[in-house]
Amino acid sequence: MTEEVLKHPMTKDLPDDLNNGLRRKLMRWETLLMFFVAIAFFTNTQISPYFLDPWSLSDATFNFTEKAIIALPMALLIIARDIDLSVASTIALASVAMGFANTMGAGPIELAVIGMAVGTIAGFINGWIITKFDIPAIVVTIGTMSLYRGIAYIVLGDDVYRSYPSDFAFFGQGYVWGVLSFEFVLFLVLAVGFGILLHKTTFGRRVYAIGNNPTAALFSGINVKRHRLFLFTLVGLFAGLAAVLLTSRIGSTRPSIATGWELEVITMVVLGGVNILGGAGSIFGVFIAVFLMGLVTFGMGLMNVPGIVMSIFTGLLLILVIGTPIIWRRIWAARKMHSNSRN
Amino acid sequence: MKNTSLIGKLISHREWLLAGIIALMLVGVGSTAPFFISPGNLAEVFDDTAILIMLACAQMLVILTRCIDLSVASNIAFTGMCVALINVAYPDTPALVTLIMSIGIGGVLGAFNGILVWLVGIPSIVVTLGTMSIYRGFVFLLSGGEWVNAHEMTPQFLALPRATFLDLTVLSWIAIAVTIIMLVFTRFTKTGLSIFAVGGNPKAAVYSGLNVGKYQFITFCISGAVAGMCGYLWVSRYAVAYVEVAVAFELQVVAACVIGGISIAGGIGTIWGAALGAIFLGLINNALPVIGISPFWQLAISGLVIVLAVIINSRSEKRGGRRILREAHR
Repeated sequence: MTEEVLKHPMTKDLPDDLNNGLRRKLMRWETLLMFFVAIAFFTNTQISPYFLDPWSLSDATFNFTEKAIIALPMALLIIARDIDLSVASTIALASVAMGFANTMGAGPIELAVIGMAVGTIAGFINGWIITKFDIPAIVVTIGTMSLYRGIAYIVLGDDVYRSYPSDFAFFGQGYVWGVLSFEFVLFLVLAVGFGILLHKTTFGRRVYAIGNNPTAALFSGINVKRHRLFLFTLVGLFAGLAAVLLTSRIGSTRPSIATGWELEVITMVVLGGVNILGGAGSIFGVFIAVFLMGLVTFGMGLMNVPGIVMSIFTGLLLILVIGTPIIWRRIWAARKMHSNSRN
Repeated sequence: MKNTSLIGKLISHREWLLAGIIALMLVGVGSTAPFFISPGNLAEVFDDTAILIMLACAQMLVILTRCIDLSVASNIAFTGMCVALINVAYPDTPALVTLIMSIGIGGVLGAFNGILVWLVGIPSIVVTLGTMSIYRGFVFLLSGGEWVNAHEMTPQFLALPRATFLDLTVLSWIAIAVTIIMLVFTRFTKTGLSIFAVGGNPKAAVYSGLNVGKYQFITFCISGAVAGMCGYLWVSRYAVAYVEVAVAFELQVVAACVIGGISIAGGIGTIWGAALGAIFLGLINNALPVIGISPFWQLAISGLVIVLAVIINSRSEKRGGRRILREAHR
């Protein structure tokens, strides 16, 4: 992550700018996102007359809720200058653990606890290795990405776990009130929780501090390592939670479950305006980005676009979303310099 | 820093340590299954590892400049599909022309990554995570999800990597040639040495007149070109082209580099290390079935090896910067 800072030492925003320029820019980013959400929503109503049906809308949320639940802690992690590429593999590992526990006769609540516990342990291991040995998070989580999914393959091979208890289906398929699914309500509650955690608590301020300058954060008395370890563990816990929801929704476990999700989760976070180099971003932005991605992929599904073509879209979106502000900022800076020299 | 103990010396000479471990593995597997270390079988294992060796050497250059290229596997699939379709449409194309075309196509894909990193300034991990799915999606658009099978490919298209010369396949010889070229490139050319400088300390590199982004661009072009060539060799060796060719192979490539002692923080690494790292992984992949372990273990073992290798690397490559203030916390 240091490469960027070194390459453009002058473009790094000063703390003073954070309250004026950057914050305003972020607000604009979120307005732009909402505008895109409106367009996507309108387009979908044109594609299918059934789209506006409440049940159809409710179905649409199932496609992205589990990923969105991981995107929330991932946003905190990326703001703190770290990244976790192993979340999809953590889902596979947690899901296999639940499948195994199911064959031993565990009940629905026990299954959910086991899934979340395995996720938490996986996240803790990531964080422990990264902070203990001071290794870049990218390499370690690329390693554990193979390791965790590899363990799932060792346990399950080309087999599949099925026949989860019927009560267990509630987590992924149940409805709380009318068309509101348990998953979706859980996501809304968690989004509010994470919004408060990041924007209204000391912990949240520290996350920004660590992301903006880890060394300065350390010297101002923040235990940087412990905070990073906690964030990795948190991401693991929520990957475990996503595993519970996903397994309950599809009712089976294969080692290839959730392949490629890490990319989609990171795209959601970055699309939400979180700076991939750390230090900036908001939960509200991620919240809107989640809906944008969900609506667009649902719309493409309505048009029968195959999944692999959607991945072109995801990849392009990731590059465009990060690239456009950088180019825009550069043009803006060049113009500003030009006008300054004229005065 | 001087390490006087034997183990310290071995760890600081990672390539020798790795070579020793590889030799031990050969002895170990050979004692339970003697045919495994017969020259014929070793040649086969090397042939099987050739593509990984080339990709690891190219990836090393990218990692040296503090970047990473995760799009190589998708590049293989895309270029492989391109040349396979060209071969179906124009069966008269000589194999050598196909090989050169594959280098060109792969190079263009690599250059696209490089431009985004150099001129736009997006972190390489983001660029290549994105192009990883974009290139893979293009394979689908190109082929419509169809397979190109062996009977549709011409014999000369299929023959190139399989032809043997001095008991080794042409594929193996290409890998040896690429390794030697890379070795000369990194040790004796100005560009090669600049790549180390750029990764070792980008600030110092800028002040000594090197364009950091340009060298990153060059390494992405090389990585793409090598991946493209491997695309043709892969499709021709396995005699089939489809969308999922080489899925997740980029992880093996990065793993080979990490095992070979290439520092992900940039500036540290040797071609020998990358090649030995690749051979180490290739050996594990080939030895597992021989000693009766299910191939399902492969993924977890390479993951574990990556994690252990980075932990070991982190201890040997601590470069002590001067710290004026005492650290506040441990």
